[in-house]
Amino acid sequence: MRVNGKGLVDRSTPLSFTFDGQAVDAFQGDTVASALLAAEVKLVARSFKYHRPRGVIGAGSEDPGALITVGSGAKSDPNVRATVQEVYGGLETRSQNCWPSLNFDILSLNDLASPFLSAGFYYKTFMWPKAFWEKLYEPVIRRAAGIGGLSGEHNPDTYEKAYAFCDLLVIGAGPAGLMAALTAGRAGVDVILCDEDSILGGRLNGETYEIGGVDGQGWAAATVAELAAMDNVRLMTRTTVTGAYDQGTFGALERVSQHLSTPGGQPVECFWRIVAKRSILAAGAIERPVAFRNNDRPGIMTASAVRTYLNRYGVASGQKVTIFANNDDAHRTARDLVAAGVHVAGVIDTRQDAPDSDDYEVHKGAEVCNTEGRKALEAVTFRFADGREDKLHTDCLAMSGGWNPSVHMTCHMNGRPTWDQDILSFVPTEGTIPGMITAGACNGVFSTHAALAQGMAAAESALGDLGVKSTKSDLPEAEDAPYRLKALWAVEGKGRAWLDFQNDVTVKDVKLAAAENFRSVEHMKRYTTQGMAPDQGKNSNVAALAVLADATGRGIPETGTTTFRPPYVPVSIAAMGAGAQGTGFAPQRFVTSHKASVDAGAPMIEAGLWYRPSYYPAPGETTWRQSCDREVNMVRNAVGICDVSTLGKIDLQGSGVGEFLDFVYTNMFSTLKVGKTRYGLMLREDGTVMDDGTTARLGESHFVMTTTTAAAGAVMGHLEFVRQCLRPDLDVQMISVTEQWAQFAVAGPKSRELLNGLLDEQIDDDSWPFMACGEVSVQGTKGRLFRISFSGEHAYEVAVPSRYGDSLYRMLVSRAEAMGGGAYGMEALNVLRIEKGHITHSEIHGRTNAFDIGFGKMVSAKKDCIGKTQSERPGLSGDDREQLVGLKPVGVVKQLSAGAHLFELDADPKRENEQGYTTSVGFSPTLESYLGLGFLKNGRARHGEEVMMVDHLRGITTRCVVSDPVFFDPEGGRVRG
Amino acid sequence: MRLTCPICGERDRREFVYKGHALALDRPDPDAGDDAWESYVYLRENPAGVTRDLWQHDGGCSAWLVVTRNTVTHEVLKTELATAVKEAQS
Repeated sequence: MRVNGKGLVDRSTPLSFTFDGQAVDAFQGDTVASALLAAEVKLVARSFKYHRPRGVIGAGSEDPGALITVGSGAKSDPNVRATVQEVYGGLETRSQNCWPSLNFDILSLNDLASPFLSAGFYYKTFMWPKAFWEKLYEPVIRRAAGIGGLSGEHNPDTYEKAYAFCDLLVIGAGPAGLMAALTAGRAGVDVILCDEDSILGGRLNGETYEIGGVDGQGWAAATVAELAAMDNVRLMTRTTVTGAYDQGTFGALERVSQHLSTPGGQPVECFWRIVAKRSILAAGAIERPVAFRNNDRPGIMTASAVRTYLNRYGVASGQKVTIFANNDDAHRTARDLVAAGVHVAGVIDTRQDAPDSDDYEVHKGAEVCNTEGRKALEAVTFRFADGREDKLHTDCLAMSGGWNPSVHMTCHMNGRPTWDQDILSFVPTEGTIPGMITAGACNGVFSTHAALAQGMAAAESALGDLGVKSTKSDLPEAEDAPYRLKALWAVEGKGRAWLDFQNDVTVKDVKLAAAENFRSVEHMKRYTTQGMAPDQGKNSNVAALAVLADATGRGIPETGTTTFRPPYVPVSIAAMGAGAQGTGFAPQRFVTSHKASVDAGAPMIEAGLWYRPSYYPAPGETTWRQSCDREVNMVRNAVGICDVSTLGKIDLQGSGVGEFLDFVYTNMFSTLKVGKTRYGLMLREDGTVMDDGTTARLGESHFVMTTTTAAAGAVMGHLEFVRQCLRPDLDVQMISVTEQWAQFAVAGPKSRELLNGLLDEQIDDDSWPFMACGEVSVQGTKGRLFRISFSGEHAYEVAVPSRYGDSLYRMLVSRAEAMGGGAYGMEALNVLRIEKGHITHSEIHGRTNAFDIGFGKMVSAKKDCIGKTQSERPGLSGDDREQLVGLKPVGVVKQLSAGAHLFELDADPKRENEQGYTTSVGFSPTLESYLGLGFLKNGRARHGEEVMMVDHLRGITTRCVVSDPVFFDPEGGRVRG
Repeated sequence: MRLTCPICGERDRREFVYKGHALALDRPDPDAGDDAWESYVYLRENPAGVTRDLWQHDGGCSAWLVVTRNTVTHEVLKTELATAVKEAQS
């Protein structure tokens, strides 16, 4: 019911939205909750476990009752709080956790079965048979218990993430936060003020306080206007600070466009990381409900929420409102309602010394002990100290058990709050978040005056830390009423009294947990689910602790609290991972020939972040093998072109590079002549092979190292480590030039012929012998030429600055094609190197050392190098090691597979008998056979022996002959051309 | 978490790569013996309190840093260039 003349909603802008398909009228500025209350829709949701009818309980992000689904189809968003979702024209909302409808929910039968559904019920009942849990019990329980579901469709919405920096972050824009921001803003420091509400002011917008002679709402608006005019202050509405992290970092979730009917390209939400030199927590407090029999009926709300709906939204939450409290503050609800012309049925106060009123009856020393009304509250029964009972007919009960300071953020770095017996709640412990000062209600002070004073003092303290002088301003006058209350957690009596409305946890459940020896607060929480999921203990924690403390005969401080962890409110994964959907998941790296390869129809495979062509299908080819076989033959018989730019290229310069390379490689590089290239092997300090590649000496103090594609980043980091941390004495400069140079392999017997048609100066075997390197001029462009070979053929790698990569690649391929060759992809590259027994990271996979791969002699005895000492340990060489071998099928089965295991011919193929395994396989069109590389125990002594390859996973058993890993041209005649 | 690179200034943790304890700076001589090498390559303390470890400003200037921090409070007490630490040692 709307109350004329009250509220901040814009009555000149009426809106309409739907709830479960029914049109509901609202005004601009309403939330779904305020509009539903105005329309007298009481039943909004069904509870988690018992499917009890539930309505709106609170007025902010802490509301435990009214969870709804917003939108439809792929865009639907479940578990949105009706108290937070702002209304816009055309908004679509739905109730959840009910079937077939909110009004008639079949699973509300659970409520009748409640004696069997107490805490720990699932653990006790669905114990056996074990197999039933996954197949039967869990699916049934999940369907019955729960909240809103996801659409299961791809999320079409966009999200954003952003970073912000400031001198002072103020969390919460109530009187304390506004005063803090004002004080700091006037002093000129960079301030960010965040509040989760759509308008700033906090409780001031829900109350009728006066500040400095004007009403609180007006003071808030004027203060916000002054702050908005300051260039050094950033106001962030609809932004919840969700967590406090190390070194002044905070997470915050901004609801950017969830309140707009036409977002206009804006993201739904933005996840902020805010870095602040100092912070002020002014998060306020949350009013706690009281546990009494049937305290969860729609129409039973917190007293402050009833005031908020009245003063902020101009909505009376009922026609006949009753107040139930243990403190003076809740009496404001009665006074505000009476002043607005709403009927107050009475105030029930547990205290004998409760304040009197001329406007309504105050029942002193009484407690509400039961309520009536299935889908909406109809009456409350209350009991006096002498046992006498009375009943009031009422459609709204405003309850208050006192206030809990929102200490959550102060606990995010392992801090624990301190019990304050005066306010019967926890307050922040000082210094738990470095650089954070707490102020106002979250600090346990509840008058407006105290909030303003603490806000100002906190800002002045922060300014002092920042070394900035505060410009003295006067504190505006405000009420400073004492906060009087008497402990009241749960009203004694039969029946179920709810502590945690969201998870359907009652007083009985907590007592049962204690009786069954789940006496630790953390155990009780997990046994009963109290304070879990969306609630996170905001409403129920202190009361539940009090009940547990009572049941276990301890005090509340000894009982302690559970741990508050981030995030303070639920944060969608989509917001936290904004931008990472689809191709945004990881960066994509493309070589300069990418477009040419895609144009040629080559399917791409990922190599780390790089995309490389798998093979180039020619007309008539229907399988990858046909293309691969053709490309291998092409390289062996004519000439092939392959983009090898993805290999890491590290430019090293300085007088100490030779000695440096001697230290990082197992073999010698200081002796390498200028104009020559050498293959090098790099170890980890534990003796395991880290990487391999070639390094070219372009000048006396200028080297270019190549790494494998996969290990480029790791090798770069390693070299920097060695340079800075182990050998800073050497004159070495290094930089990655991987992306600066486009480099192409030109491989095959016709490679030199091809290049001689392209290079500005002719080359021959004398000027460019095997392993030569140097600068060349390519069509007038300065490039580099390396006579190195991964394929085992007479081959070169030619490099040009990346901007010429695309054009050089196309030129190379068209010339190769004219000579009976062409482009080859990763599949052919792999077969070519297997034929030659060349290793990749399939072989140097992090468990093999130089001895294992047959390169033991490459570890120079003349010098120290990384990994040398450890590689000499006993056990890392000898007959017991699995050594690199070649494998070729000799039986009926001609297939090999990678990752298969090797056994002796007559051995039972089980783990105990394993002799080794395969690492790389491919079909060699050159040798017309499958070829494999693998590791076999004492393999180098077993060439010629036959073993059985067993792939248990794919069901392949192949008889193989063991050989040297180099299958093709073992003398290396071809490479020398 | 934020670290102050002596070259680039205060930066977010995402710009850095972690290696491990700063004892990696003190590589033993090749003939230092098995115990020294085992300690260097494999053995690491897991202190509750102040520790020194190596981070690289990989997303920035590539400098390796020695970071002194408290594993309990997460306080960062000092960040130094590894080269400077090595120089001070010699």
